[in-house]
Amino acid sequence: MKRNARIAVKAGVWVLCLLPVSILAYLAATNDLGANPISFVTNWLGQWTFRLLLISLALTPLRILTGLAWPIILRRLLGLFTFFYACLHFCVWILIDHYFNWAQMAEDIIKRRYITVGMLALLCLIPLAITSTNGMVKRLGGVAWRRLHRLVYLIGVLAAFHFLWLSKGIRADAYLYTAILTLLLGMRVFDALRRRLRRRQSAVAARSVPA
Amino acid sequence: MLIKRRPMLKESEVTDQRLYLNRREFMAGAAALALAPSLAAAGAPSGPATGQPLQATKNEKFRLTDAPTPFKDATNYNNFYEFGMDKEDPAKNGHLLKPRPWSVQVDGLAQKPKVFDIEEILRFPLEERVYALRCVEAWSMVIPWIGFPLAALLKQVEPMAKAKFVEFTTLKDPEQFPGQKPSFFGFSSIEWPYVEGLRLDEAMHPLTLLTVGMYGQVLPNQNGAPVRVVVPWKYGFKSAKSLVRIRLTEEQPKTAWEKAAPQEYGFYSNVNPTVDHPRWSQATERRIGEFIRRKTLMFNGYADQVASLYAGMDLKKNY
Repeated sequence: MKRNARIAVKAGVWVLCLLPVSILAYLAATNDLGANPISFVTNWLGQWTFRLLLISLALTPLRILTGLAWPIILRRLLGLFTFFYACLHFCVWILIDHYFNWAQMAEDIIKRRYITVGMLALLCLIPLAITSTNGMVKRLGGVAWRRLHRLVYLIGVLAAFHFLWLSKGIRADAYLYTAILTLLLGMRVFDALRRRLRRRQSAVAARSVPA
Repeated sequence: MLIKRRPMLKESEVTDQRLYLNRREFMAGAAALALAPSLAAAGAPSGPATGQPLQATKNEKFRLTDAPTPFKDATNYNNFYEFGMDKEDPAKNGHLLKPRPWSVQVDGLAQKPKVFDIEEILRFPLEERVYALRCVEAWSMVIPWIGFPLAALLKQVEPMAKAKFVEFTTLKDPEQFPGQKPSFFGFSSIEWPYVEGLRLDEAMHPLTLLTVGMYGQVLPNQNGAPVRVVVPWKYGFKSAKSLVRIRLTEEQPKTAWEKAAPQEYGFYSNVNPTVDHPRWSQATERRIGEFIRRKTLMFNGYADQVASLYAGMDLKKNY
């Protein structure tokens, strides 16, 4: 991909990723956040964190399915925006919802399993955000960096449980996100198995060739 | 000397003040009916429709002094899964419900079981009471309801000595309640129709209000039109909406939320800051319109009136 095209695509992704928070700002300015604004903002930010996470996790399956490789260049940007929305989501909860009531917050983190897993997911995102720069990739080395960044699969699972456990009834969207996550992770597993099988087959084939 | 005499007319025979005050509308309505044969088939003239004012005497004894929640919030932020699971769904889909004609079957262990037409229910002496409403999701509102004690209705059907519980059933009709349609994956949060229940002494308690209006007007569809129950010391979901049946039973009714998640929603579901929901705290709540959470009060602030109902009971076990 040409440099100009890459810049254009990235700029587009920047704009799209900033859209949810801009809409929120607009709704806040027009006093349109509904009867329970804090809950609305928290849910909105949480939903977009999860969506961005799913989009960043969809790039590899996209390559597996279609062979389309260039969208991978957007993965870091999408991952960092996931982190950005996760931080906003967390800040609204900690600063506005609990309004610096540290004791209650601590109690919530320990006693509420959906908050426990949510906090864990956020903590796991931090090392990934820190090591997202080119310098860090070089310093860690490709293998170690890639191994560390597999944490994102765990983050996905934690996010799914966070969403599934927080609602009163069975929420269709929580199950939909979980299903999409399962599909995206499942395709990776399927692809890895297929490649291993193929490698073994070619090894067997190589051995059976008469010398 | 003051001689107390029975009035010559029974209260039920007097033209309702509401009808009297609306007699012009009544005539206009009758004229409209005469002009529109298709409408005339709908039957008897009906009381005020949705959005119309509803006359009621203010009952100062049941008047929370906290400022009422803005009407817009109370009618646009609702949990009424029959209309959909989002808070905005009831306001969005409320128009699908047809609250007239309507009747409520009151039966079970009653000496005189009876089907009450909604117009008949509206003829009970209506009063306005300002109650706190505490949702199990840890938010709350203050709402001026219009209704009358459920006890007044139950007394008319004469509960048998065997009757120990009251079961409430909400209308089941996926055409009017789109939330009752099976979803894409075929699963639903709760089983329809929505069933709730109270112990008979809870149902007969003077605080338990059979409700037909709020904010001085006929109950909006999204708030449980045309008739619902309001039990202010329990979490909101105990106050079943759009009632079609009230049944007196000997056995404790199996409620919709108990069936859906028995470890999370018990039969009693009294507001209790010391008993947490398994997944979140009930110690505090956000009053709609306020910024900082406030402490949740035992029995939602009605402890002095209802605590005696639960004397000697383990409220942690009977959540």
